[in-house]
Parts: sequence; structure tokens; C-alpha cells
Amino acid sequence: MKRQHILVALLQNRAGVLNRVVSLFRRRAFNIDSLTVGRTERTDVSRMTVVVDGENTDVEQVIKQLYKVIEVLKVSDVTADPSVISELALIKVTASVSQRAEIAALVDVFRCKVADVAADSMIVEVTGGEDKIENLLNLLRPYGIKEMARTGTIAMTRGASVSRMHELVEVAG
Amino acid sequence: MKINGAHIVCKSLVQLGVDTIFGIPGGTVLDLYDVLPQYPQINHILVRHEQAAAFAADAYSRASGRVGVALVTSGPGATNTVTGIANAMMDSSGFVVLTGNQTQAMMGHDAFQECDITGVTLPITKHNYLVEDVRGIAPTMKEAFHIAGTGRRGPVLIDIPKNLFGEETNFVWPDKVDLPGYKPTRIGHARQIRQAAEVINGAQRPVILAGHGVIYSQAYQQLLAFAEKANIPVINTFLGLSSFPASHPLFYGMVGMHGMAYANFAVTNCDVLIGIGMRFDDRVTQYLPAFAPHAKIVHIDIDPAEIGKNVKTFTPIVGDVAPVLESLTEQVEKACHCEWTGQIDRWRREHPLTAPTPTTPLTTPWLIKLLSDVTRGDASVSTDVGQHQMWAGQYYWFNRPNALFSAGGLGAMGFGLPAAIGVAAARPGEDSWAILGDGGFMMTMQELATLAETQLPVKILLINNNSLGMVHQWQNIIYKNNIVHSDFKRHPDFVKLGEAFGIPTWRATNPDEYECALRKAAEAPGPAMIEAVTLASENVYPMVRRGRGIAEMIEA
Repeated sequence: MKRQHILVALLQNRAGVLNRVVSLFRRRAFNIDSLTVGRTERTDVSRMTVVVDGENTDVEQVIKQLYKVIEVLKVSDVTADPSVISELALIKVTASVSQRAEIAALVDVFRCKVADVAADSMIVEVTGGEDKIENLLNLLRPYGIKEMARTGTIAMTRGASVSRMHELVEVAG
Repeated sequence: MKINGAHIVCKSLVQLGVDTIFGIPGGTVLDLYDVLPQYPQINHILVRHEQAAAFAADAYSRASGRVGVALVTSGPGATNTVTGIANAMMDSSGFVVLTGNQTQAMMGHDAFQECDITGVTLPITKHNYLVEDVRGIAPTMKEAFHIAGTGRRGPVLIDIPKNLFGEETNFVWPDKVDLPGYKPTRIGHARQIRQAAEVINGAQRPVILAGHGVIYSQAYQQLLAFAEKANIPVINTFLGLSSFPASHPLFYGMVGMHGMAYANFAVTNCDVLIGIGMRFDDRVTQYLPAFAPHAKIVHIDIDPAEIGKNVKTFTPIVGDVAPVLESLTEQVEKACHCEWTGQIDRWRREHPLTAPTPTTPLTTPWLIKLLSDVTRGDASVSTDVGQHQMWAGQYYWFNRPNALFSAGGLGAMGFGLPAAIGVAAARPGEDSWAILGDGGFMMTMQELATLAETQLPVKILLINNNSLGMVHQWQNIIYKNNIVHSDFKRHPDFVKLGEAFGIPTWRATNPDEYECALRKAAEAPGPAMIEAVTLASENVYPMVRRGRGIAEMIEA
């Protein structure tokens, strides 16, 4: 079992930042399982969650190299911290009229939802940790998965601790 | 009063104290060149190829301690600087490349001489910018120079679309830069420094491995004081040469693939290795498991990402070398380490460098040794890449701080001549020596024209072995003497070539001719060139083969 590390990075929201980060991962041959970027509570700051394959990649180097990107403000490894870790997946599954009820029951058990129903297919929308999504996928696979889209993991530490601008202290050695 | 972008670039350069730029005009920067003569405080050196502008600006930065500037046009002008940028990135040299680009309306339409140069240079710059608004020019210039010249230095590129040079706005020079994500650590952590001092105080066989970072930090006095207080032998990485006087009794030469045997033995057998402003590059360490296997490693570097990247560090200190060494020197105890230095002295007697001798045909070690002697180790020396570069590291005894300018990390042939021009521009009134091989010289020899025009006192020692010498050496040693395309079957007449460019040139084929040519070159008021003819069959020793530890050398 490979050891995944979840890194949360705050970046200045400027053109080309994502490009810089992706280029860095490629040229340093860092193994990345997923990478997501999105907006935050501040318009000038973006937030990136990177899931690093810690088995084949030196996570310490990833963090240090990320800090060398001028627009990177803060990087935290939240792997060991109690965190809410979640991703969203849209799964288009083959569903004949007679199968709809079965699938709907599964959806119910997983506390996810049916986002769309068509004549011979349904779209299931699920949010949660990787395990939950994988388990649901395993159960849906026998019906036939026609298409899937996943957002990649995002994470936030629980409780009062925050990754905010005022915390953006000097990069320690 | 509103002024246009071209004036804003020039005014920004003036604000930044830039007095020299290296460049070539072209379509997209013509607005800028149009107003450049209105700023006589900026001396523009017209080079003959953009790669030379980048190399010269890089070397200018290294020699002056300031931020050099290259100015080129879009498309091919910009892409021609790429090797120079990659070279500066590898050697942590901070200079700024200003490129023009197509007008914003044309960008993305594959317009004439359009190139996504920020995309191209993204992985080889410390940072780069595509300016999108005329109001962004001044703050970008300020930021770029700050980033290039602080922390671990590196090249920064600013791409400016042509139309912005013509658009107008008020010139507002920002008082400070706002870079919340960029705060280089200068002062080392007190606890780490204390721990390092303890490790060093407990050492029986310590070695200092001093690199390029000592020079960038201008920490020559600090290194001297530190080494002398605890009497620790000093060994240099190739680019660290000239950070410590070669004539000092504690100096034991250069480490690595072509390092001195005694230096490699010292590093292999030390119990504490103090790496200062260096990055444990593969040409230094060679086979990692055999590198300083008994040593606790203390690693001082300004870039946290270098700590633990290649070797396991016992005590890391992130910070600028000068202040870190000051604190460390206070805390290390006086020591002798006499038995240890005695041991290295014995190694030096038993495994000396091959003695350079005046012979016909000439040999490069003697050529460089004589240059070192007649200039008393006091010259600024730029080199190209290859055998002569390693011999310069072995046989030029640098007594002056910051005197070696070479393409260490990227190993970019063609660096030497443009670099010597950059050094000459940074050190007015001084001779700037260029030690070149015939292969590298021919990659940027068009810059002889720049030299002839500027009359900068660059003195070229062209060592002509009619061969790509280091390739020849590898083919000789590693590829069972299968010499493939490394020997030149036909060369130009370099004396005629030099004269054609207007550079006084002498050929030397024996020691007398060489001594005479050296004297004439030094006496020439402007540039001069010596072609010294040697044999391709000479190899650089010691040599550590790939996959071997540095103590496992071919010694001759």
C-alpha cells in the first residue's frame, strides 16, 4: 500500500501559477495522484490540494520545491492532521428501467444522489473520501460504467486551525 | 506627466542603477531602442548573437555582484537566449532578460517572430513575467531585479508585448516589492548553528567544502576566519574556486571528477564535512554511497531545497553564507587538527598533480600554470567547457576572490568568450582573461567582432588541440579509443581569423613563442588572442569514472 501524502498549498491567484506548479512536478519527476485548484475565501488567493505518492516521491522535496515557486504562499502536509478529506465524482452508469430501483437503493446507502436519469442510464453524484468512492464504484461496475469524472481530493483540517493569509509566515528552513 | 512604456523601461533601468546592458535590436524592441540614446547613463553593448548577450549578462552579474541585463527581440532573439538562461539557472546567477513580443492583439495568432518565451523559459528561470499592462512595467522591473539578485540568485525573464512600449501612463516607481511568497532566509537558525559548532568542535578530521555560494555571499573574509580559527582544510568545488586563496596553507584544491587526488582522499576520509554554499552535485560526489562515508555532514546553503536533496545531512543550516559563518566562527573552538592536515599533506606529496613542464608540443597544464604565474593568480579568468576548463581548475591558482567565471552546472560550450566580455564590462580597466578550447570558441567566436568594436581588454588564450578534447578523452578511456567525430579534420587559420576580426593574434607552438605571446597579449591595450597549439592525445587526470567513488581515480 503506497503512502499518500495530502498537501494543501495556498497560492497567489496570478496567471500561470498552475502551469508553474505542474511544470515543477513534471521536471522533478514527482509522482502525483491528484491535484486540484480552486478559489478560496480571498479573491487573490487560490488553494491547491496535491495528493503525493509518498512511496516514490520525497514529500519533503515536493514541499521545499513548491516554496521556491514565487507565488506559493504556504504549504502544509495535512496527512497526519485530523482533516475533512473529500472529492466529488460523477458516475454515468448503465441502468435499464428495471435496474433503476436497485441503483437508487445503493445510492441511498452511500448517502449520495442521482443527478440525472435517462432512458438507459443514470448519473450518480457522490462526494466523500477515496475509499467511499472506490467502494461505490465496485458496486456499480457490474451494471456498466459508461463515463466517470472525478474532481480529485480536497482537504481541510478540522477544528479551529486555519490556513489563512495572516499565518503566511516566513518560509522556515 | 505620461510617458510611454519604452521610456518606462529605461527609467526603471536607471532607477535600478543599471549602467550596462548587452543586446541586439529587432522588430519588437525598436521602440525601446528608439529612446535608448536619451539615457546616456546606460551603456549598451551590441553583441553578435543573443546567446552571447545572455552569457555576457550572466558573467557581468557574477563579476559585479549586481544584476546584469540582456535585451533582445521576440521569437528567435528570445529563443537564442535560452541556453544562457538555463546556464545561469544551474549556476545560480541572477540576471534579467528583457524580451519584446508581438503586440497583444497578435499574440496567440502565430504572428511573425512570435514565441511564447515565458512558456519556453518557465522551467529554466527563477521566475518570469509576461507584462500585460503598461502600468505593470515599472513594478515588474522592480520585482524582477529583486528576485534575480536576492536569495539563491537566478535568471528572471520579462516579456513585454510591443504595443506596451508605445502606450502611455504615469511613471510611478514603487518604494518596495510586495512578494508575500518570497522571503529568503538570510540569518541561520541559532540552534542549528550551535549544533553545527558542537559537531565541528568534536571533529578529528574535518574538511570544509566551499562552493559558489561563498562567492555570491562575498563571504571570503568569513570563510578565511572560520577555517583559520579551527585550522580546517579547505577544498573547493569547481565553481567555488577563488572563494579561498590558493596560496593559503589550508587550501587543498578542488574535489570531484577531476579533483586533486589528495582533495578526494580528504573528503572520503573526513569525519565532519562542512559543505558551504554548494549543492553536492554529481560531479562533486560521483558515486554517492562512497562519498564521505564516515562523515557527519554540516550543510550551509541559502536554498532549503538543497538540504537533503542529494546527501543525508547531519546538521543543516539555511541562510546566507556570510552571516552564518560569522556566527559559526564565534562558536567554534580553536583547534589544530595537525595530524589530519599532516595526513593530507602526505597524500599531496604521494599523489601530486602531474607537474606542468615547458615542452614542445605544448601541454595545457603548463600553459595555464604559466598564465597563473605571470598574472600572480590575480586575473579574472573566464573559461569555456571541457578539458581546458578542468585544467584551469587544477593549474590556475586563484588568489583573488571571485575570479573564475565558468559554465559549471550546464556545461554550456561557447560560454567563455561572451563571459569574458561581460567580466571586462563589469571590471573596467582590468584585463579579462578567457581560456578557451577550439571547440567552444567556435560556438561563439562571432563575439570577436563585439570585442574589436568595444576594444574591451579581453585576452584570449585559445588552446587548440584540433579536437573536442573532453569528448576525445572519454572516447579514449571509456569507449576503447574509438574516436568518433571529436577530432576536427580542418580548422580555420585562427591567426588570420583573429586578424580578420581586427584582434591581434599570435600562434604559439613552443614554450618560447608562448611566453612571448603572453607578454604581447598583456601589453596590447585592447583585446588580444593567443592560439596555443597542443595535442588531442593529452588527457585530464585524475579522472573518476562514472559509478565510482571519488577516491577511486585514474591518476595518470
